[in-house]
Amino acid sequence: MTEDRSGREIIKMNGIEKVYKTGEVSFKALSSVDLIIQKGEYVAIIGPSGAGKSTLMNIIGCLDKPTKGEYILDGMDTNCSDNLLAEIRNKKIGFIFQNYNLLPKSNILENVELPLLYLGYTQKRARKRAEHAIEKVGLKSHIKHRPCELSGGQMQRVAIARALVTGPQIILADEPTGALDSKAGEEVLEMLSDLNNEGNTIIMITHDSKIASRAKRMITIMDGMIKSDLSNGVKS
Amino acid sequence: MKISQLIKIALSSVWNNKMRSFLTMLGIIIGISSVTILVGMGEGTQKQISDQIENLGTNLITVSITGNRTTTITDEDLNELKAKPGIKEIAPEISTGNVNIKSKSKSSTTTLEASTPEYAEIRKLAVQSGRFIKRMDVDNRFNVLVIGPETAQNIFGNTNVVGNTMYVNGIEFTVVGVLKSEGTSTTGSSDDRIIIPLSTGERLMKTAKAQTFYVEAESKDKVDEAMSYLELFLNKKFKIRNSGSDSTVTNSYYRVMSQTSILDTANSTTKSMTSMLAGIAAISLIVGGIGIMNIMLVSVAERTREIGIRKAIGAKKRNILMQFLIESAGISGFGGIMGVLLGYIGAYFGEHVFGTAIIIPSNIVIEAFVFSMVVGIIFGIYPANKASNLNPIDALRFE
Ligand SMILES: Nc1ncnc2c1ncn2[C@@H]1O[C@H](COP(=O)(O)OP(=O)(O)O)[C@@H](O)[C@H]1O
Ligand SMILES: [Mg+2]
Repeated sequence: MTEDRSGREIIKMNGIEKVYKTGEVSFKALSSVDLIIQKGEYVAIIGPSGAGKSTLMNIIGCLDKPTKGEYILDGMDTNCSDNLLAEIRNKKIGFIFQNYNLLPKSNILENVELPLLYLGYTQKRARKRAEHAIEKVGLKSHIKHRPCELSGGQMQRVAIARALVTGPQIILADEPTGALDSKAGEEVLEMLSDLNNEGNTIIMITHDSKIASRAKRMITIMDGMIKSDLSNGVKS
Repeated sequence: MKISQLIKIALSSVWNNKMRSFLTMLGIIIGISSVTILVGMGEGTQKQISDQIENLGTNLITVSITGNRTTTITDEDLNELKAKPGIKEIAPEISTGNVNIKSKSKSSTTTLEASTPEYAEIRKLAVQSGRFIKRMDVDNRFNVLVIGPETAQNIFGNTNVVGNTMYVNGIEFTVVGVLKSEGTSTTGSSDDRIIIPLSTGERLMKTAKAQTFYVEAESKDKVDEAMSYLELFLNKKFKIRNSGSDSTVTNSYYRVMSQTSILDTANSTTKSMTSMLAGIAAISLIVGGIGIMNIMLVSVAERTREIGIRKAIGAKKRNILMQFLIESAGISGFGGIMGVLLGYIGAYFGEHVFGTAIIIPSNIVIEAFVFSMVVGIIFGIYPANKASNLNPIDALRFE
């Protein structure tokens, strides 16, 4: 584990391969993916359904491990203990899922402060910081509500607040607008753009090229392989 | 993550599923309450028995001649023994459990004891009317008797019977005294008895000499000293060599027992009975524990997604493990407290409705709580471990 901040390369993947085994059948969802993402980039990963986008995203987010290949995150090899991976997910990564993945029995505040509590914050400090994050996504008045009392757009904003609260290096969004109407979707996309303008690294998955065009860089995946990689419409 | 926050998370999950948590607790509640009541009954019975035995006097030593009927203890022997240090009084006793008694109108059976005047002091007997056996009754072999209040009630219909005539195994006796009531005990009523002079008893029962002697030590502290003198004397009398134990001397010729040794025997008997009953009740705690494990496994399966979310935002294995362990320990610990409460309620009813003596030891509250927590932790380990080992992405995808 050597720190290497010289290139501001926050993600560095080398020959990543992912094979799913279901009984006797094994399926190669990703093959020889090489990928470098710099700090502060806004990347869209696009491709048809079943192309392997989510698989790649889960590996980037350390929710899953690659079958083969090397993945350096913020200068750290991710081939490490489960405990360390949990710490990485906690401090360096903020997830935004298509289906929000909020805890249904906890209120908004409790949902947002939870990552801080796992980080070791005291209740008081966590609460203060969580309130700040909720304010940022414009839901201060709903702080004691449960997720089920909110609209889809509001729930996704809570998820964004939760993703942001620990001040992560990367924000990962897997089809964040997939379950939203166009107005709510637009709000969420705007929020992501704002976050990127503030200097956050954002990686967003989508199957919609119109949504992908909001990003500054667009990576197309097909059948588990990177087909194209365009920065502002120019091949990088 | 701080432990206080884990406790908060775990307990709010218990609270959010009130009904299920309660049903899960039920096994522990029943187990702990039955252990509590049974231990309480054991303690109560033990207290009752030792109270009775202590009522008979802690200075009391019982000597039974068990063999060699040709050697008898004479009056001279008794006088010699009485002079020994530590020994205050000696009363020989002949007794039989079953004699026929009869008044003019009624007949019955009762227990008969024949002894000397000292018997009253040694056995802590007092009369409510009339007098106890006197020396002259023994010397003259008078047909007089002291009657228990229950016996008097049985055959005369009242206890105001001093001077009345009655028949014991067909022989006429005059009632000279009525005993004070002592109440009923577990060993039977001590109010249903008659007491006659020793000499009269020897003739009535055709026994050569008394085989049982009640000895009163000068004080509780002198019991051991008195016993060793008795032992020494009896060994000489029966021409045996013996190095007896502390509180009980037993051989084939005689037995010397102090009240303390009887108390010890009674205590150990009730104690082993109590622990056996409590042990049986404790099995229900294991069943309760299995119930907890069962529900926790269901809960882990149901909450797979929650576990996935927690892991995605940074929960470590040990955070998840602790959350579920605290949850099962909380359920069982709370069940333990409710069980003790139920035990107290049951004990109250037992005492006031059924009249059973129940003493619940105060430390059982803590013990029950700790023990049920331990049950919860032991049976929570497997489900909690299962939860903590879930792969984050598999857990998140779980529908
Ligand atoms: N856990 C899994 N077990 C087996 N196959 C899987 C699993 N997850 C994904 N796959 C397969 O891998 C391929 C890529 O899936 P995914 O990354 O979810 O695609 P996308 O997100 O691009 O729609 C699909 O064909 C899918 O069926
Ligand atoms: Mg997908």
